[in-house]
Amino acid sequence: MNPSGFKNARVWCVGADVDTDALAPGAYMKHGLEVIGQHCLEAVRADFASGVRKGDVLVAGANFGIGSSREQAAGVLRHLGLAAVIAPSYSGLFFRNAFNLGLLLLTCPEAAQMTEAEPVGLQFEGDIPQVVRANGQRLACSPIPDFLMDMVEAGGLLPLLKKGKSA
Amino acid sequence: MSAFMVPPQTLAQKLIARAAGRSHVAVGELVTCQVDLAMFHDSSGPRRLKPMLDELGAEIWDKNKVVLVLDHYVPAQDRDAQQIVQMARDTARQWKLPHVIDSEGICHVVLPERGHLRPGMFCVGGDSHSPTGGAFGCYMFGIGATEMLGVCVTGQIWVQVPRTLRMHWSGHLQAGVSAKDMMLHMIGRFGMNGGNYQAIEFSGTTVQSLSMAERMTLSNMSAEMGAQAGLIAADATTLNHLQSIGMSPEKLTGSEQWFTDEDADFEHHSFDATRLSPQVAAPHSPANTQDVACFSAVKPTIAYIGACTGAKLEDLRAAATVLKGRRVAGGVQLMVAPASAREQAQAAKEGVLQILQDAGATVLPNSCGACAGYGSTFPDGATVISSTARNFKGRMGAASVNVYLASPYTVAASALRGYISDARELLA
Repeated sequence: MNPSGFKNARVWCVGADVDTDALAPGAYMKHGLEVIGQHCLEAVRADFASGVRKGDVLVAGANFGIGSSREQAAGVLRHLGLAAVIAPSYSGLFFRNAFNLGLLLLTCPEAAQMTEAEPVGLQFEGDIPQVVRANGQRLACSPIPDFLMDMVEAGGLLPLLKKGKSA
Repeated sequence: MSAFMVPPQTLAQKLIARAAGRSHVAVGELVTCQVDLAMFHDSSGPRRLKPMLDELGAEIWDKNKVVLVLDHYVPAQDRDAQQIVQMARDTARQWKLPHVIDSEGICHVVLPERGHLRPGMFCVGGDSHSPTGGAFGCYMFGIGATEMLGVCVTGQIWVQVPRTLRMHWSGHLQAGVSAKDMMLHMIGRFGMNGGNYQAIEFSGTTVQSLSMAERMTLSNMSAEMGAQAGLIAADATTLNHLQSIGMSPEKLTGSEQWFTDEDADFEHHSFDATRLSPQVAAPHSPANTQDVACFSAVKPTIAYIGACTGAKLEDLRAAATVLKGRRVAGGVQLMVAPASAREQAQAAKEGVLQILQDAGATVLPNSCGACAGYGSTFPDGATVISSTARNFKGRMGAASVNVYLASPYTVAASALRGYISDARELLA
């Protein structure tokens, strides 16, 4: 099995157009991820930051991560322990930032099928990532280029650069 | 195809191919590009990059190709901000960075102001409004701090060659209607992610007749359409402007090669500038756009002219044409944060700044200010009409703050009347 697969991840649902300022509010940007994490998504769903557990997944509507280049918007989700974000589409800038920080983004046209708190898994059918729902339904996601999967495996670009330097 | 035959290419393809050392590139291809210039600021720069560079034991690949701008946390408003700014200054000295612009304006405005951009370049910026550089015929886009680390170490970055969405504008804008209105209209039509991380190219007689400052507004807000880049082919206006700021003709040699071949494959959208009304984007999305007439019931408590998007010299001039010899309505606070110190000095010289102050404006420092939401923001419950780029919930203050986005003309007209107003009625 691909090491990036997972099982029994609890779903948190949010809507479309979640922006970077909701993920990493400007007022806390002078602080580290510890502080930003306490305020992540507070304008969208106030129970998220305090309730999220390691290994959970965030399921969102279209255009997730629109707005700023602040990579803390992706970093904070990894800091909070999310196994992945699952959405039909992402801001291109957020997409790059997420993989550079080792956060897995699954582009899933049918993400809206999933419901709050349901347990889902991730398997790879060849190079197609599939979200596996509790009822057995499989939701196909867009393939992810190998070099981006390598970044997720390594935990981001920084560890990869380190490895490259020592190699 | 023979090695000597280059297929028709878009401007975006030509710029990327050059940076990738190729004769041509195909849409969708992943390529590695050599970076000609990397810009970062006090928030995305040293405080994030230095610890990672130190951890790697690496150095910046070419310091001459790096520009550091202190604009987000200046002037520092508390101890945390002070530490971030101090660290940026200390690091700049330690790294011996040759290009540092400290508290003299917003990165996207001071970068071209100091002659760092010219047609044909491939650039990255540690800020989402980096597509602004596209107005100068550069392929420029925003990246996060970790990706900037990669650029700093290797001098390279990957891109997936984008499709081009050509936004073709014909006809003359009416007096009191500007590039900001064009952009709000396009974002309203295509949505916050309608650019789908592809390249937008602005063209047509309307765009050709715009000044560089107005073109920058178009490229700048390509970010709000979710495009990677917002390009405008260099023309006589571009070259005259660059020569006027002291760029030598030699440096501009070959600028005419950076355009889209007419038989290249791109998506085409046509617009009529003549019929465009001033546009306003209601809370909490820049895509939530309608004609200004729909908002006459909205009474702003704050009118804000600021940011890289809406406080350039030309934006200040626009506001002054509306406000000359008049005072803002009671209950409205007018704030102006000129985008750069040089542009503010020119505005003072022309009497523009005095007109704004006589109208009741408070002049704020040359920095990102309330737009970034990193320091001072707007009070709870405020209703704001703003020339900035984003009105996300909670960005410029508490979630109770309602921000309406508009052009500097519309912001000024609304400040004057006390409700959201059409500047055309005041300029007639």
